[in-house]
Amino acid sequence: MEEIYAKFVSQKISKTRWRPLPPGSLQTAETFATGSWDNEENYVSLWSIGDFENLDSDGGFEGDHQLLCDIRHHGDIMDLQFFDQERIVTASSTGCVTVFLHHPNNQTLSVNQQWTTAHYHTGPSSPSYSSAPCTGIVCNNPEIVTVGEDGRINLFRADHKEAVRTIDNADSSTLHAVTFLRTPEILTVNSIGQLKIWDFRQQGNEPSQILSLTGDRVPLHCVDRHPNQQHVVATGGQDGMLSIWDVRQGTMPVSLLKAHEAENRVSLLSMLECNGTISAHHSLSFPGSSSSPASASPMWEVHFHPSNPDHLFTCSEDGSLWHWDASTDVPEKSLLFHQGGRTSTFLSHSISNQANVHQSVISSWLSTDPAKDRIEITSLLPSRTLSVNSLDVLGPCLVCGTDAEAIYVTRHLFS
Amino acid sequence: MEELDGEPTVTLIPGVNSKKHQMCFDWGPGEMLVCETSFNKKEKSEVVPSCPFIYIIRKDVDVYSQVLRKLFNESHGIFVGLQRIEEELTGKSRKSQLVRVSKNYRSVIRACMEEMHQVAIAAKDPASGRQFSSQVSILSAMELIWNLCEILFIEVAPAGPLLLHLLDWVRLHVCEVDSLSADVLGSENPSKHESFWNLPGNTQTLTELELKWQHWHEECERYLQDCTFASNPHLESLCKIMLGDEAALLEQKELLSNWYHFLVTRLLYSNPTVKPIDLQYYAQSSLDLFLGGESSPEPLDNILMAAFEFDIHQVIKECSIALSNWWFVAHLTDLLDHCKLLQSHNLYFGSNMRECLLLEYASGLFAHPSLWQLGVDYFDYCPELGRVSLELHIERIPLNTEQKALKVLRICEQRQMTEQVRSICKILAMKAVRNNRLGSALSWSIRAKDAAFATLVSDRFLRDYCERGCFSDLDLIDNLGPAMMLSDRLTFLGKYREFHRVYGEKRFADAASLLLSLMTSQIAPRSFWMTLLTDALPLLEQKQVIFSAEQTYELMQCLEDLTSGRPVHGGPDTQQCQDDDIETTKVEMLRLALARNLARAIVREGSLEGF
Repeated sequence: MEEIYAKFVSQKISKTRWRPLPPGSLQTAETFATGSWDNEENYVSLWSIGDFENLDSDGGFEGDHQLLCDIRHHGDIMDLQFFDQERIVTASSTGCVTVFLHHPNNQTLSVNQQWTTAHYHTGPSSPSYSSAPCTGIVCNNPEIVTVGEDGRINLFRADHKEAVRTIDNADSSTLHAVTFLRTPEILTVNSIGQLKIWDFRQQGNEPSQILSLTGDRVPLHCVDRHPNQQHVVATGGQDGMLSIWDVRQGTMPVSLLKAHEAENRVSLLSMLECNGTISAHHSLSFPGSSSSPASASPMWEVHFHPSNPDHLFTCSEDGSLWHWDASTDVPEKSLLFHQGGRTSTFLSHSISNQANVHQSVISSWLSTDPAKDRIEITSLLPSRTLSVNSLDVLGPCLVCGTDAEAIYVTRHLFS
Repeated sequence: MEELDGEPTVTLIPGVNSKKHQMCFDWGPGEMLVCETSFNKKEKSEVVPSCPFIYIIRKDVDVYSQVLRKLFNESHGIFVGLQRIEEELTGKSRKSQLVRVSKNYRSVIRACMEEMHQVAIAAKDPASGRQFSSQVSILSAMELIWNLCEILFIEVAPAGPLLLHLLDWVRLHVCEVDSLSADVLGSENPSKHESFWNLPGNTQTLTELELKWQHWHEECERYLQDCTFASNPHLESLCKIMLGDEAALLEQKELLSNWYHFLVTRLLYSNPTVKPIDLQYYAQSSLDLFLGGESSPEPLDNILMAAFEFDIHQVIKECSIALSNWWFVAHLTDLLDHCKLLQSHNLYFGSNMRECLLLEYASGLFAHPSLWQLGVDYFDYCPELGRVSLELHIERIPLNTEQKALKVLRICEQRQMTEQVRSICKILAMKAVRNNRLGSALSWSIRAKDAAFATLVSDRFLRDYCERGCFSDLDLIDNLGPAMMLSDRLTFLGKYREFHRVYGEKRFADAASLLLSLMTSQIAPRSFWMTLLTDALPLLEQKQVIFSAEQTYELMQCLEDLTSGRPVHGGPDTQQCQDDDIETTKVEMLRLALARNLARAIVREGSLEGF
């Protein structure tokens, strides 16, 4: 990971998203959007990593991203998604959901559509309303689903003024993120460690399924679905744990990977779902890593690589950005962790040695045998400082944004 | 108290007329509130409508500069890296590390300066253009001072290489300030000296060098005395310059942009192997000669002079007065402290100078609505007062979203600031109650391990149940786990909900003993017993006997305890009367049901024993 470019932008970045490529396009990603938070004035901005190849000889410009345009945003940007090539949807801490339209001709952004009170609290006795932060959105043209601290789920349709469907009190705690499972089903994660599946065909405010880690109640912050295997879901939690779930069966995650914890420390817990018992528990720590129990760091985002889903990316409050590689075409059976050119190898010792009958059809993420399971982890950022709040991957390109007001971009993920 | 270093500057607040009105003010951590009062010295009858504004006066305006924010963020990483430099590193490796850190800081200043320059050029109105340009020159001065400090205090260049460094220093900065003087430097200084200064791999000792130089110098002098260049005054003056003739140099004053340029030029031609200790003599005389009594030295001159005198404290003091932000002095002092140059100096108020300046800088960051996260690490590295400062500041961060709250909480939890953790969770729990989000409120009070608040929220849940006849937020209550033990009321809420679940599953015997144990173990509040007994009614009416005789006695005991302890109302309140009527009917029904159940239970148990 030699070529990662940083740019300081004078605003804390809460979200970064690549603009989707037109279907069938052979281009690589060129434009991304960012949202800021906790500033006196927050902005939605569009950036171009452009084609600066011709400037290479002069030195320096390649990879540096340039601001195309920006627009003021009321409140913190809690989530941001591209609706299509031109439209961006944002979730605001004021409870407002806004659709912005990009005009490529004169490089400007304008408000296209707005639902100002998508999320709100109702007082205990008075009929007064106060806004509640909208925490997550997911788009699937023409639908937009939003979730918020008010525990409400909204289903909007572009060009419809009112919500198509609203589930009040869908959750007793704060909903942190949402994603589509398969239309019309969605997945939400909440602040008491539950993963819920909702089916918009069903009436009422009950989820069709609740999955959770037994007893822990550790908040879950992010969720992503495997792009090809719709039953495989990854979540990231307050304790920095990466959980892989098979939503077809059981109510517990298939494997738990302890990630963003203390510095230089990775541990792997693998659970066997078939009989519900823990088959292996490996706590792997690096030589020289501090033995004091540092408090874990929340994992803010998890993303499967859209076209190469054996690769997964996570970022955390502790300022780290990790690339998890579970591709199976590797000879050693181990858990690897790279940082700054140093590679450490750990062999995980398996208690059970079951043969996996349908190895080929089972996703590499669901492999339940730790001995066959090998995950290589690479830390992508050179030094850790403040939180990495968001990341996005598209093709060979990755973008992430931090509380240290920097945006990092690389165009050569797999080189 | 020490004496004042200068007259305090007067800042006029636009829109406030302090002559007309009495002012009042209050200090904040990084700012001040000022407003006009309606208090009038002379008792005049005319009521002047007073100014309706409260002014926020910020002393550290630079924090709000968009460009300088990059400086703060980028240097934060360098600062944290510096604090982690292993203490064990000594000697050369440590020194080279520190020089590298210093260079990193400088490159950040330069990047910032370049950007500010671009902004100044692009500025639309001349006023803001001027403002940005003045920022550029401030940044340029900062880098100039830092670089000199790096050469003198961190690099600690010995005689010989010292002048090389000073040459680079002047070249870098004079180019910066004025492109014309860049040409001057380019044409006047190098050629002959480039090769002269080419110390081939340090094989030449300082003495050898001095000897050679002496030889060359004498040769030049001889040429001058022989009037070799007399035919050409330009060549003659050039020769004089090469001999370090001050008068000849000063004749070219307009080409030397400033006194330190003059100083380095003069040293180059007169004393290239100047010792660090002699610098201050040359510096002082160069300044005096250059200014020639026409103008007095400016703050920058004083700072540089203090550096040449190796008076670090004076440098920092002058910088603190002259510069409009704490960034520079805080970071420079910290770096010099890591060079072990400030150990002996303690201030009269507790912490040392490094810590004092870092605290000041970090407080400024906390006063800013977004830069507070940077401040945390600075407080962390202030051993004496950092923690208390952080405790005071962190509680004052507005928490508009839970995500922000989680970030603040993590900062507190990592540092075992239990009091702050508790207070933040409580704030969030209160907020959730106000927003009618009982589930969230309960989660936060569990997280804060706040038993009293958990009890309060549990009561709200129970009240809502009594009103609506059903539980809300089952996803939370059904998954309380061990957290249920936080408070008795919460335990009761969890167990009572469990009773309903067990009952719903038609496990009547389990439900019955759970219900009874809630009362006999005194977990259930008295006020709730009637509800519990009423819940027992359908169990008593079941076809099969569920409560044993002993359990029935216990239920009866509970009912009698409840009714006997109740005061008798004789008031005329009709509502009260109606309620009492319902209550009485309930009690009658319960007594009847209990008696019938007891009878059935005795018969059943008797017949079972008979077998």
